[in-house]
Amino acid sequence: MLLEGIEILIVEDDLGDVELIRESLKMSKLKMVLNHVPDGQECMEYLRMQGQYKAAKKPDLVLLDLNLPKKDGRQVLAEMKTDPLFKRIPVVILTTSDNEADINKTYALGANCFVTKPVDFPQIKKIVNEIAEFWFTVVKLPAGK
Amino acid sequence: MATDIEVLLVEDDLGDVELMKESLKMSKLYINIVHVRDGQECMEYLRRTGKYETVKTPDLVLLDLNMPRKDGRQVLAEMKADKFLKDIPVVVLTTSHEVADISKTYGMGANHFVTKPIDFYQFNEIVNEIAQFWFTVVKLPDGKKGEAA
Repeated sequence: MLLEGIEILIVEDDLGDVELIRESLKMSKLKMVLNHVPDGQECMEYLRMQGQYKAAKKPDLVLLDLNLPKKDGRQVLAEMKTDPLFKRIPVVILTTSDNEADINKTYALGANCFVTKPVDFPQIKKIVNEIAEFWFTVVKLPAGK
Repeated sequence: MATDIEVLLVEDDLGDVELMKESLKMSKLYINIVHVRDGQECMEYLRRTGKYETVKTPDLVLLDLNMPRKDGRQVLAEMKADKFLKDIPVVVLTTSHEVADISKTYGMGANHFVTKPIDFYQFNEIVNEIAQFWFTVVKLPDGKKGEAA
């Protein structure tokens, strides 16, 4: 069913976490293309295909950290979900925060789901694969993928 | 702290409601399922009007699209434009797999779009995957998380 690779955009400033997410998803049987930007400002440039991201493809799913330099995840979410070009792209918040105010606020801003990043690798691996499995085998994505 | 998770099923097909209840019974989570038959009742439930004055706010809404009186698209639009209701996660669960419906409902703020399988075993599997994901992986508003029964 999934002939084209699924494009995932990871918005994460912690490069260690990016590696962990990549490692976790390598074991999945799904065909995924992982792209990475280190902060919210680059995320918006990527989505808008500006600067170095002129050839970027529209992601099928965004994994968004909340606390990021330059432009934080809350602001990225608010901009995405009020822009007719990007509001359909599903956004999974993946953050170390489990602050109730953050959870409520990001849902109200239009986050598709909020997942707290575990601290140890086996748990991260498990949770990242559960997100991928759910989104790419159970859920229908906007482009009908 | 074993708080039950409240799921509101908005579905006019009573056969499907039974299937969902059966499917969720097999899950190892404490889930309390409430059901309304159309979009109008759904909004009354969420706004606690009429016979729904004492209900709890659901932790998750499973919303069908094609329903009498008020359809799922309109419910979604009203929920996501209401500051008291917009942070309740909505999973659209429908027989539709129209690309236009998928795209439109995401644009309106649906958290997930899931096509209802026709066969019982697949139906059962998909309902359980939704429950597992939402109640063990995801953090719900107000910091709720599912607990194993």
